[in-house]
Amino acid sequence: MLRFIVQRLLILPFLVLLFSVIVFWLVQAPPGDFLTSYVANLASSGSSIDAEQVEALKRQFGLDQPGYIQYWRWMESLSKGDLGLSLEYQRPNTELIGERLVLTIALALFAFVITWLFAIPAGIYSATHQNSWLDYVLTVLNYIGVATPNFMLALILMWLAFSYLGLSVTGLFSPEYIQAPWSWERVVDLMKHIWLPAIVLGVAGTARLTRVMRANLLDELNKPYVVTARAKGLSEWKVVFKYPVRLALNPLVSTIGWYLPQLFSGSLIVATVMNLPNIGPLLLRALTQQDMYLAGSILLIYCFLTIVGTLISDILLALLDPRIRMEGA
Amino acid sequence: MDKQQPLLSVKNLKTHFFMDEGVVKAVDGVTFDVQAGQVFGIVGESGCGKSVTMKAVLRLVDPPGRIVGGEIMLRRTNEDGSTNEAIDLVKLDANGKMMRDIRGAEIALIPQEPMASFSPVHTIGDQICEAIMLHQSVDKRAARKIALQMLKDVGIPIPEQRLDEYSWQLSGGLRQRAIIAMALSCNPRLLIADEPTTAVDVTTQAQVLRLLRRLQEQRNAAIIFITHDLGVIAQMADSVMVMYLGLVMEQGPVETIFHNAKHPYTQALLRSIPTVTMTPRVNLPTISGSIPHPFNKPKGCPFHPRCEKSIAGKCDARTPALQAAGERQWVSCFLYHDVEVSA
Ligand SMILES: Nc1ncnc2c1ncn2[C@@H]1O[C@H](COP(=O)(O)OP(=O)(O)OP(=O)(O)O)[C@@H](O)[C@H]1O
Ligand SMILES: [Mg+2]
Repeated sequence: MLRFIVQRLLILPFLVLLFSVIVFWLVQAPPGDFLTSYVANLASSGSSIDAEQVEALKRQFGLDQPGYIQYWRWMESLSKGDLGLSLEYQRPNTELIGERLVLTIALALFAFVITWLFAIPAGIYSATHQNSWLDYVLTVLNYIGVATPNFMLALILMWLAFSYLGLSVTGLFSPEYIQAPWSWERVVDLMKHIWLPAIVLGVAGTARLTRVMRANLLDELNKPYVVTARAKGLSEWKVVFKYPVRLALNPLVSTIGWYLPQLFSGSLIVATVMNLPNIGPLLLRALTQQDMYLAGSILLIYCFLTIVGTLISDILLALLDPRIRMEGA
Repeated sequence: MDKQQPLLSVKNLKTHFFMDEGVVKAVDGVTFDVQAGQVFGIVGESGCGKSVTMKAVLRLVDPPGRIVGGEIMLRRTNEDGSTNEAIDLVKLDANGKMMRDIRGAEIALIPQEPMASFSPVHTIGDQICEAIMLHQSVDKRAARKIALQMLKDVGIPIPEQRLDEYSWQLSGGLRQRAIIAMALSCNPRLLIADEPTTAVDVTTQAQVLRLLRRLQEQRNAAIIFITHDLGVIAQMADSVMVMYLGLVMEQGPVETIFHNAKHPYTQALLRSIPTVTMTPRVNLPTISGSIPHPFNKPKGCPFHPRCEKSIAGKCDARTPALQAAGERQWVSCFLYHDVEVSA
């Protein structure tokens, strides 16, 4: 088990390195660079910038150097924990990304918790009460959940919250806390706002997870070990929770890893609609403006989180399933 | 029948599956008695309802299946060892306290598929101790001790280590023994062994059979022994019941059935066993035709389309009832009586 974790941890730096190359290649792949579009923008708005200034800027950001030197300089500063400067905002990327990343992760975790808290019990109920009326109701709800685009759900929920509860539910903070430094009150304020976008983000995943849990559990309920457990004289709910539920969960645990990045990227449209200060809109702008170090840093962080998420779910799976745990031993 | 009251007395048991496509009458009026300390064999081709009958006895038939008729009388034992009145298991709530106290403790099951009958993510010890702690008021340590002794009793080498292993780490033979150990761990008075030897090789099979025999004699338990193999029945059983398509064809002491089988189906089954005196490389006689699909069971005696002695106008119209035909022998065939199943 320990060997398994150590192995995975050893691979981690290599994976990050590999992804950094791919990410860098991707963000600088479009023709032109930040300055060409910057100059073009200035020109179209009537003002201009002299060639000397452009050259100075080029040199400052290393844009006059070949790609591999640019990559090397980026890596150099990354290894010092410095994500570089944003070309557009002229501020350190760490500063730009920092709080937005925290909020994005908080939102993703909330959505994740809501998803599992609802989907697992609902899936268990549906499977153990197959073809009951509540099973049918859940099935219909699940189809609606999967089929509704989440920006539309966001609009509907915002409208409902506004017209019936009188809540203005855009953003993640009340106006007085938006710029405030972190404090207990600010966290409380965040909690008051975060549940709605978390629900919006979680609905489709919940619906899907409920279906998968139901199907897995129905499969497991037909296995001979369930009959054995019943034949011992265990009560039905003890049988169900100790054996088939446990086995039905295993394949789901291994999906946690790719569930998190899905939440990050899925949140872009919702973030735009609900005006959420998370990382999606920032990434979109960085990409369209060819703010390459900012976009690259965000993408690399995504990759890193994905790898870590996969690692966590692998470890969880190994803890849950002795067949996997002992494979390597 | 013996003067002694039977331990288990099943009367006219019917278990049907209500599917979208129609009703499968998997068990359609089965009657038999099992005496304490006896090995009761059940034979029959695949799909004739052997496992479903046993699931019904344990009250483990799942929807869309349901017991639709009959009774299952089990004689229970008092604390002081004396026996008291029989209770009808059909009348109990399948998941109620009473039935759960009986399952595992009084009637235990050795399931048909030993390979998949243990959970792969729980240790053998965990699963055996669970059964022990459920029916006996002992703590974890004591339960582990009992489980260890059980594994020793069924002849598993290095049992301390096996307790902490998972079923997939055990060979087929060991797994089969572990299943038997689990079933025996609460000293059941009735053990249902559903084809306990089909999944293991011949040597292991012989060992498992000896083991069951010995344990049964030591503990004076009754065993219901299900198999396709008449040779195994001859070796193990005291009485035997022959089933076909959810019905009992013939029943009686093992010697009587083997030497004086009355039902044409039993006779045909016996002819299909190889014997040492046979000429080698000659095809064994087989029963002509195949088992009909459960949805379109033949009218009348279910065996009549394949029966050489079927009486036209009788066997294809009415279903014969199980009737005494000699001492302790019962047969459902119009060659011997004229009683039909009342609708
Ligand atoms: N869950 C179920 N749903 C529908 N039909 C079932 C179900 N379980 C059993 N049956 C039907 O009941 C009949 C008897 O099955 P059963 O398992 O008792 O056969 P068996 O005599 O034990 O056969 P085998 O020797 O192959 O184990 C079969 O026709 C089978 O199709
Ligand atoms: Mg069977």
